[in-house]
Amino acid sequence: MKKISAIVFSAFILVSSALCAFAAAPDEIAALKGTTLYVYNWGEYISDGADDTLDVNKAFEEKYGINVVYDTFDNNEVMYSKLKSGGVSYDVVIPSDYMVQRMIKEGMLEKLDFSNIPNFEKYIPEKYLNPSYDPKNEYSVPYTVGMVGLIYNSAMVDGAPDSWSALWDKQYAGQILMFNNPRDAFGIAQNLLGMDYNTESEMSWKLAAELLKEQKQVTPVYVNDEIFLKMETGEAAFGAYYAGDFLTMKDNNPDLEFVYPKEGTNYFVDAMCVLKGSQNKLAAELYINFLLEPDVALANAEYICYASPHTAVYTNPEYTYYGNEILYPEDGKFKTQSYLNLSPETLELMSSLWDDVKNHNIDEGGSNYDFFFADGELGATAGGDVLTPEGTKYLVYILAFAAICIAYIIFRYVRKKIRENA
Amino acid sequence: MSSRSLKAKLVASPYIVWSALFVIAPLIFVAYYAFTDSSGAFSLENISELSKYTTTFLRSIWFGIVATLICLVIAFPLAYFISQKTEKVQRTLVLLVMLPMWMSFLIRTYSWMALLQDTGIINSFLMKIGIDPIHMINTQGAVILGMVYNFLPFMITPIYSVMAKLDHSMIEACQDLGGNRLTCVRKCIIPMSMPGVVSGITMVFVPSVSTFYISQKLGGGSFDLIGDVIERQFQQSYNYNLGAAISFVLMILILICMAVMNRFTGDEEMAI
Repeated sequence: MKKISAIVFSAFILVSSALCAFAAAPDEIAALKGTTLYVYNWGEYISDGADDTLDVNKAFEEKYGINVVYDTFDNNEVMYSKLKSGGVSYDVVIPSDYMVQRMIKEGMLEKLDFSNIPNFEKYIPEKYLNPSYDPKNEYSVPYTVGMVGLIYNSAMVDGAPDSWSALWDKQYAGQILMFNNPRDAFGIAQNLLGMDYNTESEMSWKLAAELLKEQKQVTPVYVNDEIFLKMETGEAAFGAYYAGDFLTMKDNNPDLEFVYPKEGTNYFVDAMCVLKGSQNKLAAELYINFLLEPDVALANAEYICYASPHTAVYTNPEYTYYGNEILYPEDGKFKTQSYLNLSPETLELMSSLWDDVKNHNIDEGGSNYDFFFADGELGATAGGDVLTPEGTKYLVYILAFAAICIAYIIFRYVRKKIRENA
Repeated sequence: MSSRSLKAKLVASPYIVWSALFVIAPLIFVAYYAFTDSSGAFSLENISELSKYTTTFLRSIWFGIVATLICLVIAFPLAYFISQKTEKVQRTLVLLVMLPMWMSFLIRTYSWMALLQDTGIINSFLMKIGIDPIHMINTQGAVILGMVYNFLPFMITPIYSVMAKLDHSMIEACQDLGGNRLTCVRKCIIPMSMPGVVSGITMVFVPSVSTFYISQKLGGGSFDLIGDVIERQFQQSYNYNLGAAISFVLMILILICMAVMNRFTGDEEMAI
């Protein structure tokens, strides 16, 4: 009897202390002073104190006495590879929706303790709750949201385009910028083809890849961040990129215009998560909560220029982009889809097809490549040949070079022999 | 004798440890990944998948050859020119050759983008003086230019360091025997500076074949070099096995090319 009561009592103590931990008592927060928090975020994705903005990391350090080590990545896949290969340990990461889903599925994320993130309930409106990538909303807190759109230089383009097919317009050959990452590039082709982004059908992906190969006729330039330089200097007529970044470019080149194409586009959420194995989980949650403080969120929204899911930001009339139609279009005004995690087989197929697209040379396809915008047969030259005409050309060059070298060696050798005999 | 060899071993040990850790071990990993699948079982699938990258391989090797030849043609006379100057001038000139390398390779390549663009610095200048702009960016020529620009110092330095130590009495002997300038260059200077040329070729050819950043920025990403494909397997696709298989084959191809070149130059040295 005594034993049982002791067990009940200790269980009670355990539960109550656990309850205390949930509420993150002030002394627990104070105990974090001097510890270090490792944050991994997109480049240029936090207000960093430049041009008299708020330095968010410094403000957090001052408030809690926790050191922030802040690193950046330039796309989801790079971040994933880095985390997966080990050797790095971060506490907070901010990946995009489909990557959050993948990381949940692979057990890379830790469930959040929302009692330490009271600002989530306070400021994140219902439409951002329980997203499809995190259906029970256990792992992630939205940081920014956005859409991909078509940017064009009104000084170089006639009329106002409203379709992704502008990126296939031969009139602007050499002046078209395309995403240099498979998911977004395929997304654009899938918009045009009216496909689901997250299809598991091999045929659909191959069809989209054919469309991307056909785009080689306009010699698109595949870019990441270089799009800023190329659009701002008037180097390119069209480019596909994120709405928030367009606003930054527009500041530097007023000729630039933006449109959400009628075929639909990608709607994405970048969300804050805590990695499994985090050594400083409470600090990580404090950090996430801190990023949701109205003034911090506002400073970030102003700096990043992406749309914010934070009610205190987008309802604030003093916010520069308050009511901005590009960042905050009416719900349902544009057709949108979101990326979800794909099966490993489909991911592998997509990578392999993307390699094919990048290596495709339009000369070899000839006129068979008009299947989409003109009538024609599909996939006439898909895969197959080991040696393309371009490859043959280089092989001939290399062999000719080798032949010259060998001929020279033989020439010297023979001459030497003749001299020795003489 | 034995104490001397022990000393030699001790002296060499930092490098031996270094190369074991950062050269040999990675090579073993590359070979391991190249012949396994994602679950770690033995597989030849990665290697057999490579046939679709044949064009990319050939393109990379050809670009490497062209860039190396251009570097050689520029670097050889320049190295000779530098080595003929007084020591003080030589030091300044070598410093000038090395100067660009004080800046990051990535930044320098990025700046070439701003220079070569259709609306870039060169073309704006051409338009100002009334010449039609030339389309340079996103062409194969731009990529080769980027390679030559970035790797030229690696060609100049070894050739120069050999030429600076040339035995001048040999050249004088050549002149005494009635050789004109061209004969002296052909019979004396070229054969004697061959060791520098060989290491210069190696130091330019290998990085040119395997480079990835230059082709993405200056070539517009519309044609891949093999380095781009490898980078993508590791960074984007998380397919270490395919990436390792491509690297493995690339290493073998480079070794073959180097063997051919060494044969070529080895003969040359015999002919002195």
